[in-house]
Amino acid sequence: MSAATATPLVEATGIVKRYGPTVALQDGRLTVLPGESHALVGRNGAGKSTLVTVLTGLQAPDAGTVRFDGEPAPPLGDRAAWRSKVACVYQRPTVVPELTVAENLFLNRQPDSRRGFFSWRRLHTEATAVLDTWDVHVDPGARTADLKVEDRQMVEIARALSQGARFIILDEPTAQLDNREIERLFERMRALQESGVTFLFISHHLQEVYEVCQAVTVLRDARWITTAPVAELPRAALVEAMAGEAVAERQAAAAEAVVEQDGVDAPVVLDVRDLTSDTYRDVALTVRRGEVVGLAGSSGSGKIALAETFAGLHTPTSGTALLDGTPLPFGDVRATLKAGVGCVPRDRHGQGLVFGMTIGDNATMSVLDRLGRYGLVGTARKRGVATELIERLDIHAEGPDQPVSDLSGGNAQKVVMARALASDPRLLVLINPTAGVDVKSKESLLSRVDSAREDGTAVLVVSDELDDLRRCDRVLVLFHGRVVAEHRAGWHDHELIASIEGVDHG
Amino acid sequence: MADTKAPSASAPTPVKAPDSKTLKSVLLNRARELALLPALLLLVVIGAFVNDSFLTERTLVSILASSAALAMVVLAEALVLIIGKIDLSLESVVGIAPAVGALLVLPVATSGWGTEWPAALALLAILVVGGAIGAFNGLLVVKLKLNAFIVSLAMLIVLRGLLVGSTKGKTLFDMPDAFFSLATTTFLRIPMSVWLAAISFGIAGLVLRYHRIGRSLYAIGGNTEAARAAGIRVDRVVFGVYVVAGVLAAVGGIMTTGYVGAISANQGNNMIFTVMAAAVIGGISLDGGKGTMFGALTGVLLLGVVQTLLQLAQVPSFWIQAIYGGIILIALMIARVTTGRAQD
Repeated sequence: MSAATATPLVEATGIVKRYGPTVALQDGRLTVLPGESHALVGRNGAGKSTLVTVLTGLQAPDAGTVRFDGEPAPPLGDRAAWRSKVACVYQRPTVVPELTVAENLFLNRQPDSRRGFFSWRRLHTEATAVLDTWDVHVDPGARTADLKVEDRQMVEIARALSQGARFIILDEPTAQLDNREIERLFERMRALQESGVTFLFISHHLQEVYEVCQAVTVLRDARWITTAPVAELPRAALVEAMAGEAVAERQAAAAEAVVEQDGVDAPVVLDVRDLTSDTYRDVALTVRRGEVVGLAGSSGSGKIALAETFAGLHTPTSGTALLDGTPLPFGDVRATLKAGVGCVPRDRHGQGLVFGMTIGDNATMSVLDRLGRYGLVGTARKRGVATELIERLDIHAEGPDQPVSDLSGGNAQKVVMARALASDPRLLVLINPTAGVDVKSKESLLSRVDSAREDGTAVLVVSDELDDLRRCDRVLVLFHGRVVAEHRAGWHDHELIASIEGVDHG
Repeated sequence: MADTKAPSASAPTPVKAPDSKTLKSVLLNRARELALLPALLLLVVIGAFVNDSFLTERTLVSILASSAALAMVVLAEALVLIIGKIDLSLESVVGIAPAVGALLVLPVATSGWGTEWPAALALLAILVVGGAIGAFNGLLVVKLKLNAFIVSLAMLIVLRGLLVGSTKGKTLFDMPDAFFSLATTTFLRIPMSVWLAAISFGIAGLVLRYHRIGRSLYAIGGNTEAARAAGIRVDRVVFGVYVVAGVLAAVGGIMTTGYVGAISANQGNNMIFTVMAAAVIGGISLDGGKGTMFGALTGVLLLGVVQTLLQLAQVPSFWIQAIYGGIILIALMIARVTTGRAQD
């Protein structure tokens, strides 16, 4: 199709949105042509989420217009009209977990109902038809809570399509998927795109933008910066547009810095032998003082369970792990903490933070016993420690008394990191430390890893992101629960990915 | 473009969902609501051994008759719990709603208000009072967005106080026969109150399973935002459920009145603990979105059987409470173990 002449499927111009004194969006613009996959990128707080709430009709903009297919957007109250135009698949599920897939597909619009009574058989037939039409292989009778993330996303997409929407917003759909699942998602996106579905794709991973999108819009500091076909915007230019400065160069420099590290004869801090559980087998590894070891693998590789073992969150069936010569107390978080392990858990929403509590409370949660005697906590000391941590980690916040729920993803993750560091650990276990975090916060989080290394902390980094692993002295690759490869710093992306995907070995 | 049809490239493939798998998943889903049946059977068998008169029609009917009022309130509470809210004040509704009806018919001489309404109108007033209290709770929860637990706790105390105040703590009796007929008239030798409770459970079960509004209760309790996004008028449904629960509890109040033969100032007092226990044992989740009417009913019956068993076994009355509480705890543990899912 000739993109130049087609009416844009979605056109938003001059969108302004303020929340009290904060300007969430100063000049939001977006033009999406029918049939393309359009990327929306920007750092946390750039205004992406605000633009999405305006595009999906959840909030009216203070100024500006949204048009669908040349027509003005429906009034805010007409949810049915909005649903038939646009749908958003959020990171948090918008399905009802306890209900079946079929029910979720037809929630509140069950087919063939007489005075509200409907037939379950009919519901299942219709659901099967919808899932077949869009080629989604999910059992309509399955409990939605039991679905894998990717299947849940596909169900949400199918639901939107069955309601007539042909413009689907995907809000960081890859954040919780492993490489293979991402690949499958992209295949599905391309197939749907061929059948006329238009996507707005939001992601922190720029390589994904290049892989699956044809055009990209960049927001920065609540403003529209640029819109261009991806082919005309090389990666460095895109990063610069997002960051407003040459972050890319510093990234490269950081990778260089790692390569020359001595410390091969530094004392071993973590010594793991024959560690076995239901998800990994016969794992042996060592981490030395001041060494950063990466752990890579697909989502089923057992890498997260292995890392959680060292933090006391997972109990192995056999094997030993010595921390400075003393066996690690498995399955006991408190004891491992005391033994000198700091951990950034897998998911800051689920395990990392108590969102209703303040930054100070969250950051000092695991070191309260040091802040006073007999379980009493000195408020002044706590504030002091928290303030110091906020400064050390460059958390953008008003102070230790601000609730964590106010913070952007990047700053919230820094609070999690602050807590891990608060106990001055000998071993630092970081699980997906930069998930869902913007480029700049990522830099700042990873530079903490470097300073921890200089302090002589042993660091274990588990991540799906190559940028996190690039800073490691060594990267171990887990495949189906076994360590199958070790890459020293300076590896090439394709080498590591080949090991992760199990291509370079049996 | 907007009316693009299905992808032509991917021909519809038949779903490969083997029957055995669906059967298994159905059984797994039903496990929670069937979990109590073995325990219920076991108790009946024990009862038969402990006391010869247990498996007699008289005992069984009396178990049902004494459980009817509890069943109505459990039904009401279950609906509220499924939408993820709670209504503690239902136990006070059990007391105050029939009391208002009684005060409206009774002459001043027997502590009434002297309005001496006809019995039918007064019975209707009882239901209206229940509904109105539910509506008030619903407004506070939906419009003022107050926490349901604390609102209904306050209402529990307020309503109990109003009942004690308006009766000056006295017990009301000498009401017209219509007030007691639910418990005294029988059909097929079973009291009408039992039939009414059974029918209520049947209708509620059907609506929850096969009606759009019934399903929306689960959606709201499971994920309010998703329900709202699907076009369910969440506030309206929540409000409606509170009203219905109030009416059902008022019916439960009439049943209690008939069963006891009078209305004391503490009618329904402490009942909410038993109600919550029956609902939770029956698999209704306190977090909302989970549970069935069948499960709730088995919860009620289990407690009714235990109650009767303890009496028949001639357990000293001073100890009945402790044992009763202990059995509730054990029932919860069994339900947890048999389903393998965390109790929430």
